Amino acid sequence: MPLEYYLVLSALLFTIGVIGVLVRRNAIIIFMCIELMLNAANLAFVAISRSLGEANGQAGQVFVIFVMAVAAAEVAIGLAIIVSVFKHRQTINVDEVNSLKG
Amino acid sequence: MNAEQILFILFGAVSLIGAVSVISFRHPIYSALSLVVTFFAQAGLFILLGAHFVAAVQVIVYAGAIMVLFLFVIMLLNLGTLSAKGAIGPKLKGFAVILGILLAIEGIYIAVNSANDTAVAAAETATGTTTTYQIGELLFSKYLLPFEVTSLILLAALIGVIVLVKRESQEEN
Repeated sequence: MPLEYYLVLSALLFTIGVIGVLVRRNAIIIFMCIELMLNAANLAFVAISRSLGEANGQAGQVFVIFVMAVAAAEVAIGLAIIVSVFKHRQTINVDEVNSLKG
Repeated sequence: MNAEQILFILFGAVSLIGAVSVISFRHPIYSALSLVVTFFAQAGLFILLGAHFVAAVQVIVYAGAIMVLFLFVIMLLNLGTLSAKGAIGPKLKGFAVILGILLAIEGIYIAVNSANDTAVAAAETATGTTTTYQIGELLFSKYLLPFEVTSLILLAALIGVIVLVKRESQEEN
């Protein structure tokens, strides 16, 4: 399979994630879209690491492991923040949670 | 058309359909389940790319642990009733979709052009698979420092979550 196919698929998945962040106002769904974007980046990492061949082709996969660890930490913190915001405000609509707006 | 191409189209289509479902379902539970479908399809793509260990980690960490967290929080907050007004107006939505299409065109342009790049000149992907042994060897030799820093990140996340939740329970008392 040519490398471009995987990169185009990765770009499309990333774009869907971006559109989701722009369109949806539910904080949890915005989080899911961020996960989608991280996954698209992972796909590009693995595809490019494969195209670089045997000699130095594993570094991309190691990076994917790191990205997954960071994503797991981010989800844990983010969902804890969402839960505590919901306890205070009774909503997770990001348009109504705007106290930090300048 | 060989088996790899058929599987790529299958997994790619499933992951794209799942991703579109994530942003189009009203109810967050359906979005979360669509996201699981996308993650599984991407694990299939990783296997096609010969990255078996990454595919296994994708299924275990993403489709397992992270999605359980999402579903747990959605059910804990009982969000189904709240999400009815969870979208923006059609005008802004159209604007967002136009921006997204522009971004997609840029991404596709970069992806197609990258074939001309000398660094990725061997665009036809190789056939070998990466074993867990090779990844582990890299992880514990060349990338040992990032690996240790990752453990610090996880520790910071753990402490952060405990602090966030603990302050809540003290305020309630």
